[in-house]
Amino acid sequence: MRIIRVSAVAAAATAVLALAACGGGSSTGGSSGGNTSSATITYWASNQGASLQADYNVLNPEIATFKKETGITVKLQVIGWADLLNRILAATTSGQGPDVVNIGNTWSASLQATGALLPFTSSTFSQVGGESKFLTSAVGSTGAAGKPPTAVPLYSLAYAMYYNKALFTAAGIASPPTTWSELVADGKKLTHGSQYGLAVEGASIPENIHNVFILSKQMGGSFFDSAGNPTFTTPQNVAAVQQWVNFMGADHIVNPGDAEYDQNQSLSDFAKGKDAMIMWQAAGTALQADGMAKDAYGTAPVPVESGTPSSSNPDSMVAGINMAVFKDSKNQAAALKFVNFMTSQAESIKLNGEYGSIPPLTAALQASPAANQEQTVLRNVLSSSAEAMPQVAKESQFETEVGTAVKNLMADAASGKPVSAATVKAQLATAQQSMNG
Amino acid sequence: MTVGIRRDAPPAGSDAGRGRTPASQTRAGRLLRRIRKGGPPYLFLLPALLLELLVHFIPMAFGILISFKQLTLFFIRNWTGAPWAGWANYRVALNFHEAVGSALLHSFLVTCSFTVLAVGLSWLFGTTAAILTQDTFRGRGTLRTIFLTPFALPVYASVIIWSFMFQYNNGLVNELLHNVLGITSRPSFWLIGHNSFFALVIISIWRNWPFAFLCVMAGLQGIPRDLYEASAIDGASIWQQIRKITMPSLRSVNQVLILVLFLWTFNDFTTPFVLFGTSAPSPADVISIHIYNASFINWNFGEGSAMSVLMLIFLLLVTAAYLIGTSRRRNNA
Repeated sequence: MRIIRVSAVAAAATAVLALAACGGGSSTGGSSGGNTSSATITYWASNQGASLQADYNVLNPEIATFKKETGITVKLQVIGWADLLNRILAATTSGQGPDVVNIGNTWSASLQATGALLPFTSSTFSQVGGESKFLTSAVGSTGAAGKPPTAVPLYSLAYAMYYNKALFTAAGIASPPTTWSELVADGKKLTHGSQYGLAVEGASIPENIHNVFILSKQMGGSFFDSAGNPTFTTPQNVAAVQQWVNFMGADHIVNPGDAEYDQNQSLSDFAKGKDAMIMWQAAGTALQADGMAKDAYGTAPVPVESGTPSSSNPDSMVAGINMAVFKDSKNQAAALKFVNFMTSQAESIKLNGEYGSIPPLTAALQASPAANQEQTVLRNVLSSSAEAMPQVAKESQFETEVGTAVKNLMADAASGKPVSAATVKAQLATAQQSMNG
Repeated sequence: MTVGIRRDAPPAGSDAGRGRTPASQTRAGRLLRRIRKGGPPYLFLLPALLLELLVHFIPMAFGILISFKQLTLFFIRNWTGAPWAGWANYRVALNFHEAVGSALLHSFLVTCSFTVLAVGLSWLFGTTAAILTQDTFRGRGTLRTIFLTPFALPVYASVIIWSFMFQYNNGLVNELLHNVLGITSRPSFWLIGHNSFFALVIISIWRNWPFAFLCVMAGLQGIPRDLYEASAIDGASIWQQIRKITMPSLRSVNQVLILVLFLWTFNDFTTPFVLFGTSAPSPADVISIHIYNASFINWNFGEGSAMSVLMLIFLLLVTAAYLIGTSRRRNNA
């Protein structure tokens, strides 16, 4: 999903700014046909920086470069996360939308199913530099299998585990845990007084669903069968949810208060040294903004039961932003030129560098060295052991249904109610019924 | 009204002298004549009426139309081409043995209990405060102003502040109940679990009681002081005065007040949405959020519309029953 996590206050401010930004029109340029040199296209960018203005500051110079190279004018509108999906839906129903749009990569299959986005067939791909230039794992999150994708990866991210070096030293732990049993053992050593071993964002739908999805993958489970039908109640899924909730309920390494967090409070708790570990997507920038020193935290891959993450034993979902072209665009050629420009090696390195994300291009990863240890870990996870979220049309419903079930179970665990396999299974069964209903 | 005045005026022009056929004596004939006589005012009203139709009824009719369509994400791009669903959306919503229907029923019951509690207590607080501040005393104006502030604050800001106060770790409510007063043995969760229902009720009351206060206060100004003085001479207690004088005099104010509070509270979307986001905890899963989820999270606009139409029908029935019931009682009185 979103790759730059901002604090609650910033998010609220963003929502307000986004409303202000709604005033701008979304007109589409009039020129048509093959001649793109004087075309005007509209681009809806997602909010990646600390504020919408920060995004304008990053993107406007690139758009100026693009105009110099091609003569195409790009009208930029940065849209806050609170509004983006609803505006895309409105554009889909009315046919009056932008030419190019950023989408959260978990929306890919859903938006693909609406038929509003331009499919990237091999000839479309050839206009943006070919499918092979993108990282395989990132392309896996651009649409349902067996259909041409309707988006290309723009900014990518993955989960890593961040740990507080000083707290680890104080507890006599030499290196970060690599398996879940180590994590629980270390977590217990790190939990005393008001300090807890692990911080989780317990009421956040995306955080819950991403973690549960990966835990289930590690057990060989899946939330959908090959036909795309929900299989929520398999033993692996039940075990995965139970494991996640048990960090709080049974292992007691998570502060019960975390059960109501959904505005990145767990991140600021970690930054303040209240918790020793957290699993997050590129938390570095946010941690430093919260006042944590650069060398106070270390980054390691998220644990897996076997100890060695691999593509069959994934330790992260593929997070990120994709870029898509609206089928209704009157300037598809110009729009594709812009997509090609934004996903070119030079631009990809530059923009991902600005936003702290990872360029989803094989060549760009080889050409630019990782900026720090965090980037090295994230790049490694993304290119070797990250797995895309289920690419099904009902993805957002899956996130809401299962995410809410996990949130409710987390609330049970926080108030001291035991969370048994039967309870978990019942909750997942209801979620599955709603999917089919 | 203009029509009323014209009715008393002598019939205009040649109409007066013309012999009346029995047909023109019929109800339809009289209606036609009355319309012709009162025509101009209705013509003047016509543009406003058409605009009213445009603004109010077309979206409503459109919502009803969509509720009979299978408008899922596969069809939103070309929604006119979405297949007709017949009563399927309604059947799913009303099948209480399946997940969607039983969740809707649960949400409906939660909303009903939420509304009854919130409206009842808002009314009680508002009326009590209005009666207590009826007599003049020093600082009455200031007190009334303070009472009205929750109503003047923007909803979003006030609900955000409440959500901070209800936080588990460092919220003001737990600080007070647990740390300062020691009423609870351990801090309670307010934003998740069972207490979330009460958190919602408390915020709703806090937001709405000033409106009840304002209305009742205005209503009280219309009650003649002599009534109280006369009853005081007859030896009536304050409680008797409230029951026999104040309440009956406030009947028409209360009739409208409770109806408006009921509709507002039942339909309130902002408060639960700001407080809980799109995934309200099950004990506080009110119907407005529930329908929003069905439409915008699950992208099933047909089903969402069907649920909305069911809610509309329910509210219409309740409102009609309420108005008929309360008016009849007043006529009998």
